[in-house]
Amino acid sequence: MGVKPVLLLTDLLVFTLIVCAVFFAIQARRHAPSREAWRRVGRQPAAMASAVILSVFAIIGVMDSLHYRSQLPLEQSESAAVEKTAPVVYSTEVLSVLDALLMPLRVQMEKTYSVPFARESFQRETVEQADGGQARITPRLAYGARHLQEGEPSLPDIARRLVWTPFQALAVAGALLCVVGIKRSRGVGIVAAMRHILAGCTELAWRPALIVVFLVALLVAAGVALAPHYHVLGTDKVGQDVLYLSLKSIRTGLVIGTLTTLIMLPFAVMFGIVAGYLGGWVDDVIQYFYTVLNSIPSVLLIAASVLMMQVMIDTHPQWFDTAAERADARLLALCAILGITSWTGLCRLLRGETLKLRELDYVQAARAFGASTAQILRRHILPNVMHIVLITVALDFSILVLTEAVLSYVGIGVDPFTISFGSMINAARAELAREPVVWWSLASAFGFMLTLVLAANLLADAVRDAFDPRRQIR
Amino acid sequence: MYVCLCCLLPAACGPIPNNPYPAGEGGQNILYTAFLDRPRRLDPAQSFTEDEAAFLYQIVEPPLQYHYLKRPYALEPAVASAMPTVRYFAADGSELRNGSDPATVARSEIEISVRPGVRYQPHPAFARDEHGEPRYFSLSKADLANIRSPMDFTHLDSRELVANDFIYEIKRLAHPGVQSPIFDLIAEHLPGLKVLHATLNEEIKKNPGAWLNLDKFALDGVKEVDRYTYRITFTGMYPQFLYWLTMPFFGPIPPEVDRFFSQPGMAARNLTLDRWPMGTGPYMLVENNPNARMVLEKNPNYRPDTYPCEGMPEDAEEGLLADCGKPLPFIDKVVFTREREAIPYWNKFLQGYYDAAGISSDNFDQAVNMGDRGEVTLSDDMAARGIRLMTSVGSSTFYFGFNMRDPLVGGAGADAAGRERARLLRQAISVVLDSEEYISIFLNGRGIPAMQPIPPGVFGAHEGEAGINPVVYEWRDGKPQWRGVSEAKRLLALAGWPNGRDVRTGEPLIVYFDTTDSGMGDKSRVDWLAKQFRALGVQFVVRATDWNRFQDKILQGNAQIFLLGWNADYPDPENLLFLLYGPQGKAGGQGNNSTNYMNAEYDRLFDRMRVMPDGVERQKIIDQMVGILRHDAPWVFWFHPKTYSLQHGWLKNRKPGDIVRNGLKYQRVDVAAREAARERWNQPVRWPMAVVALLLVVLVTPAVLSWRRREKAAACVGPDKASERGGTA
Amino acid sequence: MLAYIVRRLLYAVPILLGVNLFTFMLFFGVNSPDDIARMQLGAKYASPEAIQRWKVERGYDKPMFYNPAQEGAEKLTDTLFVDKSLRMFTFDFGQANDGHDIALEIRGRVGPSFAVALPTFALSLVAAITFAMLLVFFRATVLDFWGVTLCVIMMSISSMFYIIGGQWLVSKAWALAPVSGYAGGVDMGRFLWLPVFIGVVGGLGASARWYRTIFLEEISRDYIRTARAKGLSELAALFRHVLKNAMIPILTGVVVVIPALFTGSLVMESFFAIPGLGSYTIEAIRSQDFGVVRSMVFIGSVLYIISLILTDISYTLVDPRVRLG
Repeated sequence: MGVKPVLLLTDLLVFTLIVCAVFFAIQARRHAPSREAWRRVGRQPAAMASAVILSVFAIIGVMDSLHYRSQLPLEQSESAAVEKTAPVVYSTEVLSVLDALLMPLRVQMEKTYSVPFARESFQRETVEQADGGQARITPRLAYGARHLQEGEPSLPDIARRLVWTPFQALAVAGALLCVVGIKRSRGVGIVAAMRHILAGCTELAWRPALIVVFLVALLVAAGVALAPHYHVLGTDKVGQDVLYLSLKSIRTGLVIGTLTTLIMLPFAVMFGIVAGYLGGWVDDVIQYFYTVLNSIPSVLLIAASVLMMQVMIDTHPQWFDTAAERADARLLALCAILGITSWTGLCRLLRGETLKLRELDYVQAARAFGASTAQILRRHILPNVMHIVLITVALDFSILVLTEAVLSYVGIGVDPFTISFGSMINAARAELAREPVVWWSLASAFGFMLTLVLAANLLADAVRDAFDPRRQIR
Repeated sequence: MYVCLCCLLPAACGPIPNNPYPAGEGGQNILYTAFLDRPRRLDPAQSFTEDEAAFLYQIVEPPLQYHYLKRPYALEPAVASAMPTVRYFAADGSELRNGSDPATVARSEIEISVRPGVRYQPHPAFARDEHGEPRYFSLSKADLANIRSPMDFTHLDSRELVANDFIYEIKRLAHPGVQSPIFDLIAEHLPGLKVLHATLNEEIKKNPGAWLNLDKFALDGVKEVDRYTYRITFTGMYPQFLYWLTMPFFGPIPPEVDRFFSQPGMAARNLTLDRWPMGTGPYMLVENNPNARMVLEKNPNYRPDTYPCEGMPEDAEEGLLADCGKPLPFIDKVVFTREREAIPYWNKFLQGYYDAAGISSDNFDQAVNMGDRGEVTLSDDMAARGIRLMTSVGSSTFYFGFNMRDPLVGGAGADAAGRERARLLRQAISVVLDSEEYISIFLNGRGIPAMQPIPPGVFGAHEGEAGINPVVYEWRDGKPQWRGVSEAKRLLALAGWPNGRDVRTGEPLIVYFDTTDSGMGDKSRVDWLAKQFRALGVQFVVRATDWNRFQDKILQGNAQIFLLGWNADYPDPENLLFLLYGPQGKAGGQGNNSTNYMNAEYDRLFDRMRVMPDGVERQKIIDQMVGILRHDAPWVFWFHPKTYSLQHGWLKNRKPGDIVRNGLKYQRVDVAAREAARERWNQPVRWPMAVVALLLVVLVTPAVLSWRRREKAAACVGPDKASERGGTA
Repeated sequence: MLAYIVRRLLYAVPILLGVNLFTFMLFFGVNSPDDIARMQLGAKYASPEAIQRWKVERGYDKPMFYNPAQEGAEKLTDTLFVDKSLRMFTFDFGQANDGHDIALEIRGRVGPSFAVALPTFALSLVAAITFAMLLVFFRATVLDFWGVTLCVIMMSISSMFYIIGGQWLVSKAWALAPVSGYAGGVDMGRFLWLPVFIGVVGGLGASARWYRTIFLEEISRDYIRTARAKGLSELAALFRHVLKNAMIPILTGVVVVIPALFTGSLVMESFFAIPGLGSYTIEAIRSQDFGVVRSMVFIGSVLYIISLILTDISYTLVDPRVRLG
């Protein structure tokens, strides 16, 4: 069965972002001071551990960004002539590589809620019995724990399935240890290098990274072992697996956290340094512009813009072949709007910094040598404000992920068809009012979101400590 | 710091810390309930939503009402002294007998008499000074300084209800400033309204801003017969008008009150009829804060009215007839509290702070157990608390409309064979969208599958085997049985798309569903729909849009399949079947037929059915019409929602039924039982506070200890070292 | 000083004009007057004639910026923009689509909004500064490390969880506070302590950490070392010098927040059914009531500009070296 790759707009930007990041990394490697700064980041155990977690999230996000449409099966038609002329048709459902990997989770839908690892439905149902009477029972789930016999306890089964997971996780961590050990083995030999790492005597904090790798691998292995047979995190109202929903939410969170800054960066950087460097009326115009934007209460601005974008999307259905593309356009629009409302802060910071840099000797000298404005901005100003950009990007990420949840609650967040933490929380908050409480959707959203944002915050802290010149003096 | 906060917390002292009402209200005969959406309009000539009806119908009493207990709904006089008399006249002016051919009827006259001696609620507009002159008709800005509600005036008075007050209100329907939603609808039968509208428009242009005394303008077709009687003349027959007489659109408005509210400066203080409706009803509005609280109080001038003694057989068992003959209303005061979120609403209901919860929201599934085929019972926990559940099938219908102007599903522009294909396709879709499963998953049984547009309980609907839609259901083992996907597949193959592929080209069939995107529930709903279509092999594409764009699409006839609902204004099949009446076509026109369905035979039958009295003849015609609809399938008859009301044991005499909107006066509260239950259910758990305090102590102690140590140590280590340590942080 | 304020106020006029123009265009980019009319008239029986009548009645039938049907200057003034947006400069907000007076409504709602926001703001400030001071006092110890970690964890939790969790635990499970609602007078405390408490706890992590960095920056300055070298106790140094000198960065962050106190907290007001300005705004957006939205935007911008001026003035109060000119 053929597939047709689909490149959604956000996918395109995600890959652009990856290319930019790679380019940036190569630049940073060549550039001694920034290499040194990154080493400072790497020295912090929390940063290394967070980096591991974030890269796991990133891998999930990238896998979820590789979209395709699968080919519809060809009909067995009576006349062979029809079969030949039948065009190849692709399903209107857009899937991603992650969906393909999580195939069992996606399709094994129950009827409604079920508790994590449950074998029975959460709700009672009246069923007719063989003798004609009725009974109220909690029916067995269609998929969750269906391999178990009636009366067979699930705990031994779970334990049996988990037996090998620590070893698998150890293997993954061990492999990584070897790789790092080989790289560091110059001069001391691989065994000594590995011993160094395990003792925590390396400059970069490899040991915490390895511990986190082990823990993550443990969770992944356990998930792989159990998820096809149990609903590890339960199911939601319409019986969808909560683990699947949580994993799908990751991409939305990452996209909002990263693309928003990607979209706003060019404007903020350009306007900021141009205003700071040129001054005069340019400065006045730019300042006027951002004061106006700033003075509108941001929620109102976002709400109005989201509604406007929505109307634009709604009035041009011909732009989108599939629901996924539509939802994606809205996600991108949300990123753009958040970008527009949040660029002013960075712009102001950059303007202030440029004002200072403009007066520095070497910039004055360059000007005296007749360098053009564009050259000065590119060669002298831009590289010297990049640390501010980097710090802002790192700090904004977590704030944006958190903002999404609130906006979705207000009804101006992502498209209702997009799975996101915000939409999960929104759907789950009604469940707390139930008795007994349906806690697992909310708890999963909480857990995943906390992990993501906490890791991002810790890494951002380390990045700021490493790059902010004011902090290094001390 | 939190320790002090906790000490100040009122939670630590009061008897029931989570009681949301003032302590002084305990033990009073007050009904507590909630509202989710703020009422926007309370002007009886404008208000048209259920949210507003909850208030307005208790305040304004129209001539007629529905019997509280009888089903199907029966009309009875409210403020009218008897049921109105209707007379028919031919074009030459001769009176026709009842039951003569509708085609010969040129006009009909309805004569309504109101009870003498009925008095309005106390109101400042009636207050007169020592000379008998109206006291408050020339108010200055200073006079209004401390006035927030009409009840704030020192002098309130009343007067007797007269027929002219009703005529005044009918004239208001034509007032250009009032913007009555039913103006066009009524003007169709009462052309004088349009003339009056034009006259008033001219008048307003001449004197903008001034009060228009509608008494000075004649309304052709409405006449005051005597002090207590008035007569309305319609062109042709309009038997449905009696139902309109139960609505506040045709309630009384005293000209004095209109004049009173039209004074300059009133509107700027929100003193308008739109905010402060008044009338002769059992309750009067004393507090209007649509953001937080609305309060109704017993109208001291309410006419003598008693609890009904007749009802349905099951009503006696339910104890609904126990208060037979007792004077109404029972409850002294009704407090409506605004809840923006369903969860707090639900929690407060469980805590006993709302006496009833009627909203049909998702939170309510926990209250009920739902059987496979939609039967609903209360969960054990709720039953143990004495909570009772009442359901009744509402007078609304939800349907998927097929746009008949669409080439694919409507067969527009096709030959006879093409139209037949489209018809079979519509039937196939009707079958595959299993409404029973939908109701059980998404509505938790709060609905019944629709077999036709008319909900049960309204004349024209059949119960049992005779009522099933044979296209979608068959009758087996004494109950309707869904024909299943195989039947849908069969129909689809007949239509020329076996397994969802065009039999000629092999192309897959793609259908488009137009919807509005709001709320999270919609994703799962759409997923469910997609699942149903997948079973047919049909590609299903959702075109979601906002409400306005959706309306545009329907108006322009650009939609393909869409989901709509209709709340019947009154329990008459006319109000439902007209949704498919050809001349009501929405695209190009301005009617309510959103599918643009047009069938000459159906339209002919409709014209006859509309003016007929209920009876065997009418039933026969309706059956014919429904038969046509089932064959043509312009709608997927989807479901009729059930109104679904939960109430505590201490609330008596509550009977659900969404057409009866003035039910507040019949209800009674057992105050003592409520107090006891609240006390029992809301025992605060105070240990968490102790834990918080303890936690703080645990946190603070090591801090203090270490601070002491450091203060001592600092003396010997010296300041430099300390700052070095600080620097590495 | 006075000249400075006057100049800043004059500078505000073009900004407010820009804000008005921006919202106007944004809003009418979303909604045509037809849409607004349809929202107001409801789904039933909203015929094109009824929509036209509604527009004429509310003055929505005028062109947006330029009215060729009028004479002279009226060509520009008899338009939707002037009619609906510009007259707000006289603080005449007009009526909402459903006929209520906007100014009156706002006046009624400021109180509840303020009643939640002010205590939250004040207590948050006190709590965060206290906590930050503690952390700074124990800097580079285990206590500091865990304190900062706690802050980071707390700020990584979405505010939605604080509200949902707090409401569920305190009101439902423990029955210690009314689930939602609002009342004036003596009863106010009963309703408000929970939202205020949740607000304070929810914001503690981020702000405490921010204050901690400010204080740390201040404490590493030479004059503090000198002061301590002279034998000033740690506590005295913290309170007398660090806090005072950290005032400018604190003020910059704090004063800008003050207008938000008036506009209310959207989510909090919605969850706790507090009839404040935040919920008013959201309702207006949802029901596409342009009159209310533009008024709230206008008030928000005015407050923002005032708060900027206040920030500048407060600098001079804290630090006499700062001169406005």
